[in-house]
Amino acid sequence: MRQQRWLAPAMFLPAILYIVALVGVPFVMAFVYSVGDVKVGSVGYHFVGLKNFISILHNPTFIRSLENSFLFTIASQVLVLVASTMLALALKDAFPGRRFLRFLILLPWVAPVSIGSIGWKWILDSLYSVINWVLVRMHLVKPFDAPVWLGEPKLAMISVILVHTWHMLPFATVILLAGLTAIPKDIPEAAAVDGAGFFRTLFQITIPMMLPIINVAVLFGVIFTFTDMTVIYILTRGGPYDSTQVIPTLAFFTGILGSDLAEGAAISIFMVPVLVIATYLVLRSAYRAEVT
Amino acid sequence: MAIVETRKLTKVFKRGNVGAVNNVDLQSREGEFLVLLGPSGSGKTTLLRMIAGLEEPTSGDILIGGRVVNDLTPRERGIAMVFQSYALYPHLSAFNNIVFPLKAQRIDKAERKRRADWAASLLGIQHLFHRKPRELSGGERQRVALARAIVREPSLFLLDEPLSNLDAKLRASAREELEQFQKRIGTTAIYVTHDQVEAMAMGDRVVVMSQGVVRQIGTPADVYDEPADTFVATFLGSPPMNILPSDGVIVGFRPEHFLPPGVADRLGEHVQYQFRVGHSEYLGAERILYGTMVGGPFNERKVISRIPATHGAEISNDNVYNFAVANRDLKFFDPATEKRTTPRLPR
Repeated sequence: MRQQRWLAPAMFLPAILYIVALVGVPFVMAFVYSVGDVKVGSVGYHFVGLKNFISILHNPTFIRSLENSFLFTIASQVLVLVASTMLALALKDAFPGRRFLRFLILLPWVAPVSIGSIGWKWILDSLYSVINWVLVRMHLVKPFDAPVWLGEPKLAMISVILVHTWHMLPFATVILLAGLTAIPKDIPEAAAVDGAGFFRTLFQITIPMMLPIINVAVLFGVIFTFTDMTVIYILTRGGPYDSTQVIPTLAFFTGILGSDLAEGAAISIFMVPVLVIATYLVLRSAYRAEVT
Repeated sequence: MAIVETRKLTKVFKRGNVGAVNNVDLQSREGEFLVLLGPSGSGKTTLLRMIAGLEEPTSGDILIGGRVVNDLTPRERGIAMVFQSYALYPHLSAFNNIVFPLKAQRIDKAERKRRADWAASLLGIQHLFHRKPRELSGGERQRVALARAIVREPSLFLLDEPLSNLDAKLRASAREELEQFQKRIGTTAIYVTHDQVEAMAMGDRVVVMSQGVVRQIGTPADVYDEPADTFVATFLGSPPMNILPSDGVIVGFRPEHFLPPGVADRLGEHVQYQFRVGHSEYLGAERILYGTMVGGPFNERKVISRIPATHGAEISNDNVYNFAVANRDLKFFDPATEKRTTPRLPR
């Protein structure tokens, strides 16, 4: 019995240490830095109050990044939601090759983001873009007039949104597929006998029944997207002219590459309210999905 | 109201396998309560699902109201179905569950409300309108499912074991209620069950199925008193009919027709057998005696007798008694086909 009492705490101690060391400590340090004057290489620490926050709020690049973060997150999540719902519905019923197709769809999630993004960097390259090569050969665009995917502000934003959507799609699809297969077979059959067609069944029965799980998928997607910097860092580095700059990349460029740790920390602290709200909603809808 | 007919209806799930339903010919009558009865795996649910349009037949035809409906979707068939699980939409209130088929038919709001009120008043569930399915008891869910089925006045009612999720006490009253309800609305109903008591109590006619084949169609009295083959004879009745093969014929008689000395004298023409009682069960209203035949054509065969408790005879275990069966209660089956055959008593 004595052993039993220590066993459980001992088993989850590594997990707690891990979270404290890699999440807790940096999180507290970010708060401390954001109200100080720390720079890379500086030795002292002076409390400066909200000076860093006031400074970034007067910085147009920061305001731009904040807007971009919301645009990037909302646009990619809407695309992910629509596409993953369609994919999940298509993959629900058995057909030849379904297992292989499911595997293919999972690939973007399984492969490291950085590798996938480097692949996309080439696909969207200004000189070697395969997309442009195809467009030119199909005589849809002139060779000298091909779109510069990552070089024009609007196109660059569209490109990073689409690549991020490509990366997030498998995760959402798998979650929705699980939600879809959890609906008892009787229910759509009853709807069919009751005279409901495809769209009525989809919008009045299937999607409402999947809503708790759709919520979970969307909120996880929001958290992953709002905090992600890999795709943008690799494809555009926030450019051109900060047109794809988001909060995580700006915090990284300011704090680490620009060595202004204090201001970088203050920028990243701006993500906290959004993430706290999203996390609260995730936990609440996960709880709801459990009780119904 | 419609008549359902199936012609040589067959369903094979895996090519090369035996069909789940084989060459079923069936015809319902106007306003009838037709029960499909059989053990699990007998194909009764598959047959029902084919009539509903949820399963595509491998071959054969389904006719509703004289029209071949093979290629029609469930919604074009104008039928209503109550599922074993009730299949209520969990996110909709009872009211919205009930009016869902009407919405699908694009019936206007006032009319939907009127019809839902009508269906709910028939079943006494108006007070449950605002509740979600998870807030309803088993019996209430069943009523909501029934209301959803009748609300658009279907020409045909299909019910797939709708009572099997209710507890035993509720089941008996729900059975009675459902039967009365069907008579009142007068819609033809096809009802699937594996419970012979339900089948006997509710059915105008009973279709006994086994291994995808219809064994017998008849009134409850027909299938009980004049079983077409040994399967029907043993599937109906509890305890089942005594089946005694001997001398190229199978003799069957029901336990309640195998009677002790005092009663046997009043039977008229009868045959007598020596019966050794092994053990007995006292069930209050009756006694079930398990034992074996002694001597005669069925020596050592196991038989069961069921006698009313009011029969006062002193019967104790391990004694041999002179039991008798009236000639009219003896059924004869062919050992090869297991079907009924001409009476011939083995000596």
